[in-house]
Amino acid sequence: MNRKQRRLILIGSSLGVLAIAAALVLSALRDSIVFFNSPTDIAEKHPGPGTRMRVGGLVKPGSLQRGDNLQIRFDVTDGKSEVPVRYQGIVPDLFREGQGVVAEGKLEPSGIFVADTVLAKHDERYMPREVVDALKKTGRWQEGETQGSMPAGDKPK
Amino acid sequence: MIPELGHYALVLALALGLVQAIVPLAGARWHDTALMRLGSSTASMQFVFVAVSFLALTACYVTSDFSVSSVFENSHSQMPLIYKVTSVWGNHEGSMLLWVLILSLFGALVALFGNNLPETLKANVLAVQYWIACAFYHFILLTSNPFLRLAQAPLEGRDLNPILQDIGLAIHPPLLYLGYVGFSIAFSFAIAALIEGRIDAAWARWVRPWTLAAWMCLTVGIAMGSYWAYYELGWGGFWFWDPVENASLMPWLAGTALLHSAVVMEKRNALKIWTLLLAILAFSLSLIGTFLVRSGVLTSVHTFASDPKRGVFILAILVLFIGGGLTLFAWRAPMLKQGGLFAPVSREGALVFNNLFLTTACLTVFVGTLYPLALEALTDEKISVGAPFFNLTFAPLFIPLMFAMPFGPLLAWKRGDVLGVAQRLMAAFAAALLAIAVTFVVTGMSSALAPFGIGLALFVMAGALTDLVERTGLFRLPLATARMRAAGLPRSTWGTAVAHFGIAVTLFGIVCQTWASERIVALKPTQTVELAGYDLTFDGMVQHAGPNFRELAAKFTVRSGGVPIGVMEPSKRSFASRGTTTTEAALMTRGVSQLYLSLGDTNDDGSIAVRLYHKPMVLLIWLGAVVMMLGGGLSLSDRRLRIGAPKPATKSVLQPAE
Repeated sequence: MNRKQRRLILIGSSLGVLAIAAALVLSALRDSIVFFNSPTDIAEKHPGPGTRMRVGGLVKPGSLQRGDNLQIRFDVTDGKSEVPVRYQGIVPDLFREGQGVVAEGKLEPSGIFVADTVLAKHDERYMPREVVDALKKTGRWQEGETQGSMPAGDKPK
Repeated sequence: MIPELGHYALVLALALGLVQAIVPLAGARWHDTALMRLGSSTASMQFVFVAVSFLALTACYVTSDFSVSSVFENSHSQMPLIYKVTSVWGNHEGSMLLWVLILSLFGALVALFGNNLPETLKANVLAVQYWIACAFYHFILLTSNPFLRLAQAPLEGRDLNPILQDIGLAIHPPLLYLGYVGFSIAFSFAIAALIEGRIDAAWARWVRPWTLAAWMCLTVGIAMGSYWAYYELGWGGFWFWDPVENASLMPWLAGTALLHSAVVMEKRNALKIWTLLLAILAFSLSLIGTFLVRSGVLTSVHTFASDPKRGVFILAILVLFIGGGLTLFAWRAPMLKQGGLFAPVSREGALVFNNLFLTTACLTVFVGTLYPLALEALTDEKISVGAPFFNLTFAPLFIPLMFAMPFGPLLAWKRGDVLGVAQRLMAAFAAALLAIAVTFVVTGMSSALAPFGIGLALFVMAGALTDLVERTGLFRLPLATARMRAAGLPRSTWGTAVAHFGIAVTLFGIVCQTWASERIVALKPTQTVELAGYDLTFDGMVQHAGPNFRELAAKFTVRSGGVPIGVMEPSKRSFASRGTTTTEAALMTRGVSQLYLSLGDTNDDGSIAVRLYHKPMVLLIWLGAVVMMLGGGLSLSDRRLRIGAPKPATKSVLQPAE
């Protein structure tokens, strides 16, 4: 084999591996990504039940109910629309009424969102960015509240 | 006074850096030895100034000088001393100062220990290193000054984020930065080689120890961060494919590829241009990681756009160095001489295979990390790319890589015999098959794939041992001869085997998590819960007072087969200063497996929610990384790296006049 043939083998196999990787990435991007929806998005777009998605907003004050076996129910609101959420398990430390939350799961035909994950973040001052943007859309978020501070309850800078 | 001193020292470091960035380069161009040597002294002096600046900031934190804005924001007078020190880098400004401290440390180390480098190469490397440093000095001084004073000093600070008040913060960021920033040396060497337009096997030998040292720190740094997240976040995971984690994984993948391609270059004088490119890419990914974490782009693409000062500054540094580096590469690399030839099936071929899969895996992580950002910036559509994506893309690429790993070191250079190697790996194959069979028998059909993962891990471990057995002639030759041959083996051979063994240990630990068990229950006092053969009795709640927090702990007695083996106390800590609580998980180590308890909310009926995990073999995940680091250390202590590289055989015509 001369230099040219060897180089061809090298380039050929590189392209082969890259093609496989590209195929993997594309198929994974089609099947395994999760879209974020605000309660208003769900109210307007009516996504089909059974699709995996994230919903985010504020936990509506007064809506939190605890049941047996660590069952909880609460409403997620963006100030305009609401989605009832059901979850079984332990919620993160920062889960409180009036605070931001992101839940991942599926919408049931009855309109209840059954979450299997309620997201915790590394930092308690960290508002999930999806929630910030969702709140901005409905005008419940002021630009003065810089990144890193909660919309309520945090000391002014 | 002290903050001003620190600030002034940093300005002086910048001034020296500007001299450093230009003078040695000019010296190398005109072959003026005096100008070139200036680089070494300014490099050491700069490190001294940055260190003074860093110590000054540390002093501000230790003495709780709340007139300094960053101390006020991130410290508290009642914090234990260790956290006062670690909170220096527990925030944006201080961590950037740590960044440049390590950058200048590496520069100073090259100046001190690089005596056997050719004079022009050393001068160019030091100059390039301080282009980077100057960019970051400017960044700190103009946008993130940690010494900024407040007009009126508050009486008390706002405290460090309670989640960061942990020993993990003392270890993880400095190690991670040593790794991340350490790749800057490989970058500087690559740029210097491109400037000189000359690169040879000796170059690879000079670059390798630096890359290796950085890689070791990065490996343990990532593992340490993973362990920290595991015990601190309270949900038992060790890797979340979070963009912040991916930011450190990408340079690791590229750096690992660089380590391997540098071997080919050093031994066979091949893959020269590719190695240069990898050196540029590894540091570029470190810069991208810094950008992701430090610019706020992850918090929100829109926040980034509305408060662009810091983000745009780092983005400019990014474009300047990555763009500049790659442009220089495109321009100069074709002028470099072609390297040696090798057959596709050979040690070189195996290392190319390694590089191909590592860089492709790195690319998938890159896409998975940046695609959501790009999509959001362009279409406003918000998506999350999590573990499912990476399991479908990253894992399939890592499996062939792991499978090929035992073959590489056994193949001959230049032209190898893959069948012969497969024969020598028969024992390893057998071990793997046995492991698969045993796993199926022991665990039943609970998972169809995981036993093969165990088999793969065993195969790589046995393969690493096979390599050593083959080389020492153990079982073939008399024991004394084998022992003599073992002593005569280059340390780098031991290093390879140990590091490969280490990654297999990590893989073994990860696969074992398939059989982790988890229970979430609400418990009242005196109730008992059973998990994986352990009985845990909830005895009741106890209160503790910490230095700056109050702690409510739940006491559990753990029994195995009726015999008490210990007490576990998961707790919730509430920090008055920020009005926040953190969950502190309790861990009980049994061999390399762990029991893991973390608390949830207290219910109205007096019961408490508890999350229990049994994590079999979980410690192996991180111990594997330590083994990898030991392998790196063995390789680093190899004689040929320790005594330095010989001068290239053919001296260039233009030597500086001595």
